[in-house]
Amino acid sequence: MLDDFFARAVLAGIGTALAAGPLGAFVVWRRMAYFGDATAHASILGVALALGFSLPVFWGTLAVALAMALAVAALAGQGHAMDTTLGVLAHSALAFGLVAVSFLPGVRVDLSAYLFGDILAVSKAELATIWAGAAAVLGLLVWRWSGLLTATLSEDLAQAAGLNPARERLVLTLALALTVAVAIKTVGALLIAAMLIVPAVAARAFARTPEEMAVAAVILGALSAAGGLAASLALDTPAGPSIVAAAALLFAASLGIGAARRRRA
Amino acid sequence: MSLIAAEDLTVCYGDASVLAHVTLAIEPGEIVTLVGPNGSGKSTLLHALLGTLPAAGGRVARKPGLRIGFVPQRLALDTRMPLTVRRFLSLPARQTAAAIGAALARTGVPGLEGRQMTALSGGQFQRALLARALLARPEILILDEPTQGLDQPGAASFYRLIEEVRNETGCAVLMVSHDLHVVMSASDRVICLNGHICCEGTPTTVGAAPEYRALFGLGTHGALALYRHEHDHAHAHGDDHRHDHPEPQEETV
Repeated sequence: MLDDFFARAVLAGIGTALAAGPLGAFVVWRRMAYFGDATAHASILGVALALGFSLPVFWGTLAVALAMALAVAALAGQGHAMDTTLGVLAHSALAFGLVAVSFLPGVRVDLSAYLFGDILAVSKAELATIWAGAAAVLGLLVWRWSGLLTATLSEDLAQAAGLNPARERLVLTLALALTVAVAIKTVGALLIAAMLIVPAVAARAFARTPEEMAVAAVILGALSAAGGLAASLALDTPAGPSIVAAAALLFAASLGIGAARRRRA
Repeated sequence: MSLIAAEDLTVCYGDASVLAHVTLAIEPGEIVTLVGPNGSGKSTLLHALLGTLPAAGGRVARKPGLRIGFVPQRLALDTRMPLTVRRFLSLPARQTAAAIGAALARTGVPGLEGRQMTALSGGQFQRALLARALLARPEILILDEPTQGLDQPGAASFYRLIEEVRNETGCAVLMVSHDLHVVMSASDRVICLNGHICCEGTPTTVGAAPEYRALFGLGTHGALALYRHEHDHAHAHGDDHRHDHPEPQEETV
């Protein structure tokens, strides 16, 4: 089955959804959408550096995404206006990444593969990396789940219960960087934030508890991956954007379902 | 030993000191209310005692392993996060269905388990927060402006509930009161803050203190209204429906 490029692509999409679903729920709850964007955009700089130093792209992306996420978290801790800071950092990091790629000597880099993903060209090794990364993200989130939820509701509440809110923030930052490194191959740097947010928001209509929302986000993310890839095959459209478009359609459908539920309630 | 003690505590935001040279100790089983005008450092003191704000000077000591039941002023909770009351009461530690049911019944809102937190009324929400705090079997309950948003009968019955809980469990209670005019008569001590401790003592002592009157006297003619428990009619269960009759209010100076 893994010899078929389409099966590998679907599995890569599902792997991404596994990490992006629950993390995306936290991104929505904690209003971190722009934070995700900044981290994802910075990953292009990671791609350039990794190619420049002949390192694996996964590790370059992970390192730069982590540095960006930590920098943003530190700035937020000092009380800078978050939306402005992130607006500056997100797009500067993307611009520097694009400039850095142009300096790469003698390499013809297909940038669009990193901006929009290259899921149809996922190798077996890359598939293994994606699933290992997704497993690491899931492991982190499950391990700290209760503390993360408590700190999301109120950092004071977490502190009073003997938890350390700063540590919970760090766990999310780490999970975000890992997810970016995983998803850059599947949907690309420009659309990673969409894979985090859109399935999670769509999942809200079906959920009564945080856990249900996280699980539903994984399912909707996986459906988006499968549906988007099928559409991409049938209509000959780019795969990454098709996946996000499928997620957006699911979100639109969830709006209708949510409204119907509210009418019945 | 004291549950929580502050010694010569100073807290700053940036260069500005909001709280200077505060010394106080909370003993087991006592009810202490912090009052003070806006910006007087009530919430700051609470957070410094909890450990969420660092001390710029002096020190805070908490009894090792102290179990704190905290009722925050607000939660970052909106409809983005689905959260049933049952799930909320299991944060951060898992609780049995029986324990959750008992806690909700104790705080006067039985049977709310399946409701969404965002669908609760103000009074129900406060009681759900209190139920969650009680599940930690606290040695001290810390409440940050718990009656904000409640009407006067709602506030009175919430205070009565706090007193009952203290009497049953023996936990200490430390709370910030946003409402300068309404302080629990059951408070063992009222501490009046204005960047430092202005005065402290029993509710009636503080109400009569010249420092208190200097701070709050102008608008209210120094009246410190104390809710007492004589008028015990129909709303013992924290219902927050509007009453269409005027509420008798007793004022004691």
